[in-house]
Amino acid sequence: MIPVTFTYQRASSVDEALDLASRGEETKFLAGGHSLLPLMKLRLAVPETLIDIGRLRELSYIRDDGSHLAVGALTSYHDVATSDLLARKLPLLAHAASQVGDPQVRHCGTIGGSLAHGDSAADLPAVVLALDATLVVRGPSGSREIAAGDFFRGLFETALEDGELITEIRIPKPAAPGWSFQKFTKRAIDWAIVGVAVQGGNVALVNMGQTPLRATAVEQALASGAAPGDAAAHAADGLTPSSDFSASRGYREHLARVLVGRALTESLTRN
Amino acid sequence: MKVTVTVNGSQVEAEVPDRTLLVHFLREQAGLTATNVGCDTSSCGACTVLLDGQSVKSCTLLAAQADGRAVQTMEGLANGDGPDAMHPVQRAFRAEHGLQCGFCTPGMVMAAVSLLAENSSPTEDEVRSALEGNLCRCTGYHNIVRAVLAAASETQSAKAGAAAAERQA
Repeated sequence: MIPVTFTYQRASSVDEALDLASRGEETKFLAGGHSLLPLMKLRLAVPETLIDIGRLRELSYIRDDGSHLAVGALTSYHDVATSDLLARKLPLLAHAASQVGDPQVRHCGTIGGSLAHGDSAADLPAVVLALDATLVVRGPSGSREIAAGDFFRGLFETALEDGELITEIRIPKPAAPGWSFQKFTKRAIDWAIVGVAVQGGNVALVNMGQTPLRATAVEQALASGAAPGDAAAHAADGLTPSSDFSASRGYREHLARVLVGRALTESLTRN
Repeated sequence: MKVTVTVNGSQVEAEVPDRTLLVHFLREQAGLTATNVGCDTSSCGACTVLLDGQSVKSCTLLAAQADGRAVQTMEGLANGDGPDAMHPVQRAFRAEHGLQCGFCTPGMVMAAVSLLAENSSPTEDEVRSALEGNLCRCTGYHNIVRAVLAAASETQSAKAGAAAAERQA
């Protein structure tokens, strides 16, 4: 399968990428392409123009900025997964990135691409949610910051406006060190049927709704002193996960309770 | 658009539609057909090649994304004809019977080469994890893993031998 005909343009700077995007109607930014190109092959995305931002090295970095860590949007999963700095300061992010897809996918896919794609079944959206990250975006009208909690709006829908580009993910250094990432898949390379990211008392869920979600009922139970097993019983409270070919809604709810329990237990061993 | 890719050390230049996938560029423009199109959905890994030294699935990259960069395919591994000229990973697949129908083999070999470039002495678990993105529908995984481990130890002992020879000289 090859995508429908489109025009390919390559940007050599963020400014040029924004300028190219402002000139066309149906434009899409191409980062690693591992979410976008499969959609284009299936005709689920039919952009007229692709603006390749994959070579903007200025957006590929991992930095300690004092109170927070800064990850450039075009940093690949592989570079996130193998970063010594992240392994020390933000092991949840490094570990979760090492569990995305397979090595070939991790060499291409980028953290910013994953977030902009906004798939609730992807791992990193829930991880940045659990980490209370802030997304820095640039667009035709300048730069702005969006809290991860305000970023994911609906099924494949984010707070990004037309022509806006994520440039950086800012993650505060966690106050509580305990973390865990759990996901349940049929095969290693599959999307999570359900996944859980825990950092301290923050708990976020993969594939339990139309967006990545904070498990607020679990967080409230933890905050009021519940034991991990008791808090985990609330993992699916108020949520309406979908039924599909890989799991029924009821099975997803069951998995969420089991995986949140495992994640909380594991996170306590890392406190 | 005009795309120029250094494939196995030689420049391949062609005017192709913007939507051309790298795997088709390699097979049709470069004329190198070891790289297979398997699932065409970035699941099976049969199309794995190295892009600037890292394994990628060439069915999920545009040729344009490889423009100006270096690609290595299975054809670029050996130094010539015959078993002696083979790359250690190729030699190990042959010796350990790491292939049955052979369709997944070029992708498996390239994924293994990428692994060994990053981790020259992987454990069995690390080899299995590194091959997660490559499917063998003959299910010949055990021998494939054995082959990658054998290639790693051959490369390690060749290095040790070279170092010893250097010390003597």
